[in-house]
This record gives sequence, structure tokens and C-alpha cells, in this order.
Amino acid sequence: MAADNTKNNLEQTLAKDYKHGFVTDIAADAFLPGLSENVIRLLSEKKNEPEFMLEWRLQAYRHWLTMTPPTWAHIKYAPIDYQDIIYYSAPKSNENQPKNLSEVDPKLLETYKKLGIPLNEHAKLAGVAVDAIFDSVSVATTFKDKLTAVGIIFCPFSEAVRDYPDLVKKYLGSVVSTKDNFFAALNAAVFSDGSFIYIPKGVRCPLELSTYFRINAAQIGQFERTLIIADDDSYVSYLEGCSAPMRAEHQLHAAVVELVALDRAQIKYSTVQNWYPGDKEGKGGIYNFVTKRGICKGVNSKIAWTQIETGSAITWKYPSVILAGDNAVGEFYSVALTANYQQADTGTKMIHLGKNTRSTIISKGISAGHAQNTYRGLVKVASQAANARNYSQCDSLLFGDQCGAHTFPTLKVANSTAQVEHEASTSKINAEQLFYCRQRGITEEDAIAMIVNGFCKTVFQELPLEFAVEANKLIRVNLEGAVG
Amino acid sequence: MLSIKNLQVNIGDKQILHGINLQVNPGEVHAIMGPNGSGKSTLAGTLAGRADCEVTTGEVELLGHDLLKMSIEDRAAQGVFLGMQNPVEIPGVNNTYFLRTALNNIRKKNNQPEIDAFDFINLIKEKAGFLGLDEAFLSRAVNDGFSGGEKKRNEILQMLILEPKLMVLDEIDSGLDVDALQAVAAGVNSLRSSERSVLLVTHYQRLLNYIVPDYVHILYQGKIIASGNKELALRVEKEGYAKITKDNFQ
Repeated sequence: MAADNTKNNLEQTLAKDYKHGFVTDIAADAFLPGLSENVIRLLSEKKNEPEFMLEWRLQAYRHWLTMTPPTWAHIKYAPIDYQDIIYYSAPKSNENQPKNLSEVDPKLLETYKKLGIPLNEHAKLAGVAVDAIFDSVSVATTFKDKLTAVGIIFCPFSEAVRDYPDLVKKYLGSVVSTKDNFFAALNAAVFSDGSFIYIPKGVRCPLELSTYFRINAAQIGQFERTLIIADDDSYVSYLEGCSAPMRAEHQLHAAVVELVALDRAQIKYSTVQNWYPGDKEGKGGIYNFVTKRGICKGVNSKIAWTQIETGSAITWKYPSVILAGDNAVGEFYSVALTANYQQADTGTKMIHLGKNTRSTIISKGISAGHAQNTYRGLVKVASQAANARNYSQCDSLLFGDQCGAHTFPTLKVANSTAQVEHEASTSKINAEQLFYCRQRGITEEDAIAMIVNGFCKTVFQELPLEFAVEANKLIRVNLEGAVG
Repeated sequence: MLSIKNLQVNIGDKQILHGINLQVNPGEVHAIMGPNGSGKSTLAGTLAGRADCEVTTGEVELLGHDLLKMSIEDRAAQGVFLGMQNPVEIPGVNNTYFLRTALNNIRKKNNQPEIDAFDFINLIKEKAGFLGLDEAFLSRAVNDGFSGGEKKRNEILQMLILEPKLMVLDEIDSGLDVDALQAVAAGVNSLRSSERSVLLVTHYQRLLNYIVPDYVHILYQGKIIASGNKELALRVEKEGYAKITKDNFQ
């Protein structure tokens, strides 16, 4: 009897509304669906791009035409019709490129406020500078003055292309080439905006930098591009968040993120991904096909990826680190939660090229309902990478017996001085743990949240404090009643 | 306090308890003794509401309320505490946080104000000190990597904080050295009062030297076959279960 109740409870709560699923009613300037060289030219023109940018896009597009989508991931979806996607949509009110927040359309400000991302600099997130991306364009960037004062560039990508062409030319595509993979090539051809960050030598960024991606218009694909360059002896912590309205059709989000850490620089990159996951039958939701890679180019540099993946119908992403500089450090901390019919194939690649390079991988996968959750990882130690070290830990937690957890770790070690460790575990949410908590008076919902948070703890503690709290809540909302 | 009438319980297809009758009054300590497999832990689990203990017949009342109708957490809120034989580990969940959440859940259900983190720290430090547990113990994950003795002391620590009305202790003495046994017993004894009752499940008479029972019951093949005072426990120790079951069971 108790088991039946729990099951009903599960179904009810998993059917719960996605909290960020509203649509902002705003007039948009949008292309017709379809992709061609002309569309790319039009896009480039719309953004007043210099010639080099258009050329770069076109060669990526021509290469993309020769490619086919990857099929090796443990995910299933109907083929995407790339002619049926809208490649550019921007709020009309954004056309005059507002110079400051007072010029930004109040509807847009309201949207971000509703999402818990107040763009008002005096508001709650006062320690965080935000770049707000709405469909294909950046609509506001906060704290620009404060950052400019210390020489930090934090601006929409389209602005960087015009204002800092030398930096863009030097680093764009240097970590993820236009030919890297099908979705990266598509992104290179059609990316519309994103964030650009440059931290000068010796500067420790005084604020958390953050981008919030919002998909609003129907049928659009969001293709953003983020490039972060941390010059010698600098430090930056960056966080991205995202959400989208609930729609019965799938929408594509194919982003590329490139990170470059020079000598002794440190980049901490955190993601809280809450794209619309689709309904409980698996209808709708975002296809989150993303390429993220960083290079520890300089000696003693460090890149750390932390990701909390709770949304999207399908997540396909492998934030990776190329450890080129000697003594470089790469870290990957991940919580991927899939419920209902969500699918996630995610993990990382740690490529050890420099001497004494170290990497850590901590992956926590949580599956409920009919979801499929895959960890896929590669640890590669090149022949010249003496004394490289890696530690990997992949844990899976399952709710019920309809979901799946899969682990595909790959090791390629070409240097005998390397030390590589891998640990993995799969467990079901433990009935005895639940009983124990409840016997002490803790409700089932609280008990689940507590056990899952305990399971994710080593990852959550890597997040900036404000966001760790958010992540806790997000996991809780997504799992309420998830014991069958 | 607790009134059990003709309680019959199955685990899976197998009947484990064959009609238990037991009356526990406020302030009393009852010991349930019996050989392995006699149904002692099933009785303890049934009172706490374990899902696999399926009640087929019988009634259980706690302070006049139908215990069998309550959820596990409601039983806890009503004052039932089960000290477990093998407390489960919960990695990543801080021991202090766990216990404060438990206490506040119970207080909320009883319309009492929640206790804040600072007051709670003082409370838990005091109780831990009483049991001879150092402060580092409080910031570890619940039972994670605890020794057998630490787990049992942790059970008692939780009990001291939650201050239950009915303490059901399932082989709380197993695997304890004398020092730990004394600490555990001191914890239980400190809670004894005219408002609380204890149900001690044990194999051995040894525990009863430290927690002296008012009544002793022998459970055998799912039935209470003999009841008496603490002398009965001494007889078990001297003569063994076989003799007593032979005399009392047909």
C-alpha cells in the first residue's frame, strides 16, 4: 500500500510544472527558417561583422556540409531538419543597442527578474556581473564599468568581434576548431552571440562573471559562443545558467565554449543547466549539443569545469581540458540528473601533454523514471607527459527500475610514469537509508533530498556559494517524489 | 504506553510473529529475549513501520492511537524511536545536520518551534560529551566509516536528542566492549522516567546488568512463551534457551 502511494506521488510530482517555462511576449526581428550561405551572409551583415568573421563562418559552413551528425553517443532522437530551424531572432526593442540598463526594454528586464537573475546592479546578485543573452543576442551586460577599470573585457561576442578583432582572431577556434565535430562546425557557421572575456595579466577578477542564456522564440536554434582568455597570473570564476519555455517541439541549442589559460592563470567555469527537459512523456525539450573545451596553455595553469545538468531532453557535452603546460591542472566535477524520458551522455576528456600535469574527474549521475544517463570519459597521457596523474570517480544513483546508468571510461596512457586511478559505483536509492531517515522523523521528500545532496556533495562544494544553494534546490525540485 | 494484541506479522510469504500480546506501561522497561530467528527484530521493525513487516492480524496502540495506521515518520513524531542493530551509512550527510533536521521535523509536527543551529550545536555537544564522543564525530557523515561501537553510541546520541517516549532498542549491545556498553547503558538510563518506556531486544543477559528491566519476555518461534522479572533473564543465562523453550513451548 505504501509503495503504491509513493508511486502515485512520484507520478504527480514528476508531472510538476517546469518553473521557467513561460514565454515573453515580445516583438522579434527574425529570419525565416532555413540555412544557406546567404543566411550566413545576412547574419554577418546584421551583426556588422568584419570580413574575416564572415570568411571564417563560410569555411566552417562549407566543411559542415560534408559532415554527418555523430552517432556514437548513447542517445536516441529523430533526425533534425536543419532547414526547419530559425537561425536568428532578436527582440526588436534591442535594435538600437541600449547603452545602459535604463535603455533596455522593461519586458526583457522583467523576464530576467522572473528567472531570478535581476539585472539591476544593486540587486541580490550584487557580486556577480551578468551578460544576458535572449535568443540570438545579448540584451544587457552589467558591471561593465567596474570591470573595465581593472582592464577586464566582459562583453557580448558580437561586440568583441568589432572592438577587439585581434584577440578574437588570435583565439577564436584555437581550442575547438571549426572542423572539430558536426555541431561545433554548425555553431561556427551560424553562432549569433555569446560572451567574450579577457582577463589581463596579473588581474584577479573581482566579481563572479556570469552569462544567462534564455531561449524565448519558438523554432529558433540558439547557437552561442563563449571565449574566455585568462592571461598570465590571472584568475576568473565564470558561471552560466539557462532556461527555455515549455514547447511540444524540440529546440536545438548547439554552443561552443573555448577557454585559454596562460602561464599560472586559473579559470573556474561553472554551469547550472536547466533547459526545458520536455514533458513526462518525453515530448518537447531542448537538445543541448554542446562542445566545451579549455586549454591549459601556460605552465602551472588550471582549468576547472563544474556542471550541474538537470534540464534538456538530451544533453550531449564533454567539457574537456588539454593540459599542455607543465604542471597544469584540469578538473571536472559533474552532477547530471535525468528524469522522465531525459537522456544525458556527458563526461570529459583530460588530455595530458605537459609534464607533471594532474587531472581530477568526479562524476555523479542520477537517473529516475525512464531516463538514460551515460558517463563518457577519456583520459589520455601522451608519451612526453612524464609523471602525469589522474583520479576519476564515477558514481551513479538510480531511482526505480526503468532507468539506466552507463559508464564508458577510456584510458590511453603512453607514458609509463603516469598514475591513473578510476573508481566507479552504481547504487539504487537505498531503502534502508530512507527508512532510517524516516524513523528519525524526517519526511520522505526531505530524506531523498538529503541523501541525493549527500551523494552530490563533492561536486556542489565546487560551486560558488550562491549557486550551490540554487543547485540544491534545483535537484530537489527535479526529484520530488522520485522513489518508485 | 504500548498495547499489542494478537499481533501476527509476515515477511514475504513467511509468518514470523504468531500472535504477540504485550502491555507496556509508562515508566516500564521490558526486555525481549530469545534465540536467533525467534522474531525479535521483526517485532521491533513492525513497531517502527518497516515496509517488509506485513501485519496480517492484530492491533498496536501507542498512547491510545492506532500505531499501525501511521506513516514511519509520524510514528517517530509520536515518540517511537528504533535503535538499530546495524545503522545504515549515509555518505555526504553531516551527522549534526541530519540530527537537527530530524529534531526539527518532529518539533514541527508537534507544533513546537524549531531549534536554531546555534542552540542545537550546544545541545548536541553536551549530549556527545555525556556519551564520550569527541566533537570531530559530529561533523562526520552519518555512520559513514564509524566503528561498530561508534554506530551504537550514535544511535544513543540521536535518542538523547530526540527524547522519544517509546525506546525500542534492537540488540543495541551487540559487538560492544564494556566501556561502550556502559556508555550506551548510561545514555538509556538517563532517559528513564515515568513518562517513557523502553523495549530492549537482546540475546544476552549482560545488557540487563546495566539496564535493569521491570519485565523479561522470552520470544520463541514468533510467540512470547514466558514472562517474568529479571530473574527470568538470569535463568536464561544459566540454563540456556533450550531448557526454557522445552519447559514452556508445546
